[in-house]
Amino acid sequence: MVEGALWRRWVFFYIPLTAFVVSLLFPFYWMMVTTVRPDSELYRPWNAPNYAPFWTTHPTLVHIRDLLTETLFSTWMLNTMIISIAATAISLFCGLLAGYALSRLKFPFAGSLGTVIFITYLVPQTLLFIPLADIIRNFRLGDTPWALILTYPTFLIPFCTWLMMGYFKSIPKELEECARIDGATRWKAMVYIIFPIAVPGILSAGIFAFTLSWNEFLYALVFLSSPEQKTVPVGVTSELIRGDVFYWGELMAGALLGSIPVAFVYSFFVEHYVASLTGSVKG
Amino acid sequence: MTYTTVASPSVYAGSPKRGPITRLLEDERWLAMTLLLPTVALLGLFIAYPFIEGVRLAVTDAKVGIPGHFVGLQNFEKIWNDDIFHVAVWNTCVYTAVATVFKLVLGLWLALLLNHNFKGKAFTRAFILLPFIIPTVLSTLAWKWMFDPTFSVINWMLFRLGLIHSRINWLGDPNLALISVIIVNVWRGLPFYAISLLAGLQTISPELHEAAAIDGARAWQRFRHVTWPLLLPVTLVIVLFSVIQTFADFQLVYVLTGGGPANATQLFATYAYQLGIGTGLLSEGATISLAVFPVLLLVVIVQLLYIRRVETH
Repeated sequence: MVEGALWRRWVFFYIPLTAFVVSLLFPFYWMMVTTVRPDSELYRPWNAPNYAPFWTTHPTLVHIRDLLTETLFSTWMLNTMIISIAATAISLFCGLLAGYALSRLKFPFAGSLGTVIFITYLVPQTLLFIPLADIIRNFRLGDTPWALILTYPTFLIPFCTWLMMGYFKSIPKELEECARIDGATRWKAMVYIIFPIAVPGILSAGIFAFTLSWNEFLYALVFLSSPEQKTVPVGVTSELIRGDVFYWGELMAGALLGSIPVAFVYSFFVEHYVASLTGSVKG
Repeated sequence: MTYTTVASPSVYAGSPKRGPITRLLEDERWLAMTLLLPTVALLGLFIAYPFIEGVRLAVTDAKVGIPGHFVGLQNFEKIWNDDIFHVAVWNTCVYTAVATVFKLVLGLWLALLLNHNFKGKAFTRAFILLPFIIPTVLSTLAWKWMFDPTFSVINWMLFRLGLIHSRINWLGDPNLALISVIIVNVWRGLPFYAISLLAGLQTISPELHEAAAIDGARAWQRFRHVTWPLLLPVTLVIVLFSVIQTFADFQLVYVLTGGGPANATQLFATYAYQLGIGTGLLSEGATISLAVFPVLLLVVIVQLLYIRRVETH
């Protein structure tokens, strides 16, 4: 607690903290209010005398109903779910094995390979999306979920590897050595002794990878074209805006519902998420 | 006497009960190679290959569906003389610099606030990260709605507080659009800074503060001479990481303004998208994307030098 007089506590602690929390969360509140606000209230100019921004007297679920019945929103949700889970599974598999190899085994170029994987961790999607779009087209993967399932691991694997390396380093080497003296092969010692201990690390990496895949936008925008193949972020931004008309009620309902899976996963595993977020920075 | 020798693992591994694959995997080098194979294959296919392909595209005149011919550095010359590209360079630099400074200062402030013990701390920390975890385009849509010139709730608030007298066209006014976009970027990135810096702060022993306090250091002096030097390594990593992300940002601007009005918020990524995907000029788009590369390289070099310095100490 901040030391000193009551007014000091308010000025230096409560007021700034409240300001931060309110401004960080206000857009989400605004999303919710807009979702349940009827159109007649929604399109009332801000300087109109009866503009009541923070609540609504006639809450309605009509926007959510329209979103679920008149658009492909549920298809997008399903697509995003499948793609995110598949990409996360591939990345965890690769990251787990690579992390083990780089942190535990001695082999030529181990150090430089670790550095290369670290560098790929920093490569933004922006750098590669145009040639990658060309390659996806040549592989005939364009407009299929595979385009994303195979390319998302490029930014997930480096992260998973990096996180798992840190995790494996914290497991004492003696555990494996004991197993091997008892007759286990290297492979068995790895799969049956070390991997089960690494489950919390795998969980952290998985949660982080899942939220990153759910959030991805640029690749999904470029590689997918037909409406029924799209993911939530791309579907909501491109299909719910018809011409120049913004259906704000539906848009905000889409934004709200599209955020729920991520928020849900996050709420259950906050500690794991924070651990992977800060772990990835401290490296 | 030799018959008391304990069997070593390698003797076991060589025993005839095991198949050739198991024996091969007993060798560290073969095992490492096997374990790294999927990673190297995927990263090679979808990072190294596209990168080479990108460089190749940049020196041809390829368009969608047309392979194109070698044209040397013509594309680089073209964008060098392109006015929109100049605007994009300037915007990207301003966007990155201003957003990073605000994210760092505000993030540090928030981290210091969260480092106190108070009721509901874990709860607050969990909620504060929401802007970072909610899909960026979806939360950006909420901002677009909040910035809407006719229905803006921000305008309403500022008007009620007596700060403005007429409407502000946040995204439509070329002078304001970049500021608006920066505000959203800071809003989104701040939690990442705050939570990462908080993790850094928590590794600093409170005893150091107590010792400094006993020696008569005031709050500001304690921050300046105790906290800040210890926090610097973490801060550097966070800033470098975030600079790349901000420099290469796409989705936020794409949703809010699409680069407009009149290229006032055009960044590298949005311009590359507009040319490469929008108009199908693959080679020019790829050339502009590559402009991100020098910055990436610089950051990587700084990182590596820094990691080496830490390791040698």
